[in-house]
Amino acid sequence: MTEAAVPALHDEQHHEQSFGQKYLWSTDHKMIAMQYLFTGMLMALVGGFMAYAFRMQLAFPGMDVPFYGIVSASEYNALVTNHGTIMIFWVAMPVLLAAFGNFLIPLMIGCDDMVFPKVNRLSYQIFLLSAVVILGSLFVEGGGFAGAWTAYPPLSAKAEYSQTPLGSSLWLVAVALEFVAFLLGGINFITTTMNSRAPGMKFYDIPMVVWMIVIASVLFLVSVGPLIAGAMMLFMDQNVGTAFYDPDRGGDPILWQHLFWFFGHPEVYVVMLPAVGITADVICVFARKKLFAYKTVLYTAFGTGVLSFTVWAHHQFIAGIDPRMAHIFTVTTLLISIPIAEMIFVYIATLYGGSIRLTTPMLWALAFIAEFLIGGVTGIFLGASGADIYLHDTYFVLAHFHYMFYPIAIIGTFAGIAHWFPKMFGRMMNETLGKIHFWLTVIPFNVIFIPLFILGLAGQHRRIYDYTNFPELAIQPLQDLRVLATVALLVMLGAQLIFLYNFFSSMFKGKKAGKNPWNATTLEWTTESPPPHGNWAELPTVYRGPYEYGNPDREDDYWPQNEPV
Amino acid sequence: MSATPIATGRSTSGIPTGRLAVWWVIASEIVIFGGLLISYIMHRLAHGNWAEQAAHTSTWVGAFNTLVLLSSSLSAVLGHKAADAGDGKKAAKMLYITAFGALTFVCVKAAEWTFEISHGYTITSSTFWSFYYTAAGLHALHVIAGAIIMLIVAQAAKRNQHLNRVELIGLYWHFVDLVWIFLFPLLYIAK
Repeated sequence: MTEAAVPALHDEQHHEQSFGQKYLWSTDHKMIAMQYLFTGMLMALVGGFMAYAFRMQLAFPGMDVPFYGIVSASEYNALVTNHGTIMIFWVAMPVLLAAFGNFLIPLMIGCDDMVFPKVNRLSYQIFLLSAVVILGSLFVEGGGFAGAWTAYPPLSAKAEYSQTPLGSSLWLVAVALEFVAFLLGGINFITTTMNSRAPGMKFYDIPMVVWMIVIASVLFLVSVGPLIAGAMMLFMDQNVGTAFYDPDRGGDPILWQHLFWFFGHPEVYVVMLPAVGITADVICVFARKKLFAYKTVLYTAFGTGVLSFTVWAHHQFIAGIDPRMAHIFTVTTLLISIPIAEMIFVYIATLYGGSIRLTTPMLWALAFIAEFLIGGVTGIFLGASGADIYLHDTYFVLAHFHYMFYPIAIIGTFAGIAHWFPKMFGRMMNETLGKIHFWLTVIPFNVIFIPLFILGLAGQHRRIYDYTNFPELAIQPLQDLRVLATVALLVMLGAQLIFLYNFFSSMFKGKKAGKNPWNATTLEWTTESPPPHGNWAELPTVYRGPYEYGNPDREDDYWPQNEPV
Repeated sequence: MSATPIATGRSTSGIPTGRLAVWWVIASEIVIFGGLLISYIMHRLAHGNWAEQAAHTSTWVGAFNTLVLLSSSLSAVLGHKAADAGDGKKAAKMLYITAFGALTFVCVKAAEWTFEISHGYTITSSTFWSFYYTAAGLHALHVIAGAIIMLIVAQAAKRNQHLNRVELIGLYWHFVDLVWIFLFPLLYIAK
């Protein structure tokens, strides 16, 4: 098909669509992105509510939690398990990877849709089904799966241990469906970016966020296979009576840990890279500066991806693996902090000498760098096998994990939403409300998790329902820290109401955004906001790299990618 | 429904989009089977006594199925050649032959399993048999799925439609073949 055929094709497509066709059965990448975004936001509310319920139990043991009731011990286990599962697989991945990937890839590389729009629609439908299954699993007999989000056997394999015969199988089915959805989506992302870029867009002209989403999709695709095989074996252990993970009958429970973490560690980078990419784009726009060392960032991301397959056993230092193996994994784990540290330096170098505008998206992007740094530094302690033996399975691990994932899944996502909201809905978000929401999210976040670092160092074990049974942990100073963390959580959850209000009121009543409210250079800002079906009346051609800001020879301080010399 | 997007027709990398996507599908499948087989191999190395169990599998039946599957790949290649030459009818015929190979494979597999199960070697007999049925079962599902897709592709090819898909299903079929090339020695020959 030639580019000249475009206008004719569009007239054909502009026939009236019914509500169902437009919103539920759409193959348009932007609509699918919105479906992923809204499903992800809804699931975030569910996951947040779960955190509220079990944090209340930890701060005020035995309390009748408002809007929930008394949290029983088995419910507590189901709540923490599903909080983790939902936040990673039904919030971080659909929003960062699927929503931003679907929305941004075709718009930023200058084409009209994904290469396989129907596969894309199928991907969301399977994802929606998986969300229904995981939510449904909470209400079956015995309750939702309660064997922690890592699902270690024998707890996950045998109903007599987990006490959730149906819940654990449904959990597994939901996760497997979710994997299928993201494999379909990921293949679409990779193929589209490889094959459908605008004429003139070479490898180094691709915006960093697109690169990162594609690299993340490749990482996911390559790492998830062994876990799919492992999940199949676990499912058969649960329901057929095989003994893949049962040492009594010739199996090995550590096998699951290897298969799970072979996926689980690259998974960290699967969600991290899109957030890093969003940050790169936002920083360049609001520092009005070219990304420092574009190629270095890109090669660093490749390097991180490769290295991420060699670190998984650092999750298993106390699982009885050979100590000599532990040494090797300590070395690889500490090595992987080098590329990440390098990315942070590159971002700081990008900011240096820029003309910084502290808009809401920029605040989120800066917060991402600062908070993620804390997550990274605390990871060094856990990567070293000597320190990890003491810290393993304490709240130190939990706090470290949340200092990685919160910046990724929450702060990075808010940076992306604040930045691309005008393109998504054609209107601006309210800056004042945005900034209030920012501070009321980021400050309480630190007040929640810094006490948890201290509790972890004091020896507080994870997965404990009620600390009053542990005399050395039930002392008042530690309990005060638990209460502090819970109160901060309440403030933070409350602040999300500001966001929701801002989001929905701006969607209908915000100031009209126009094509390019941030004076940005990448292709998505050259079309209408929101983009029409087919994205452009005439698809763009690319003449230069994505971050041409502050060129001294030009009147404007930015030079869009599609403008000829 | 909307027309095919322009994006689908573009080929920046020089590789046709369909072929590119199938390669990525295969890549994702390689790691699924890879994870399963490496788990099996690690177990096998640690448990020398599995050889006694493996002695009960029938190498000759496995070898016959290997022959069937390899031959069916030949007709898939001939189908691709015919499709390249624009001969949709011949391509469809070749695909039907390939699908018949798949059917033979699955029937032999079913008879073999019936025999084994009736002699008491079930999926729960020991971890060797669990791996045996799981790995071969997952592979058989791929054979069945591939055959179904092949029939759909052949239906269209007969009318000279979507001839490029003949190559794509062929690619996938070679992959299914290749998995069996790994399974056969691991499950049948190593005793």
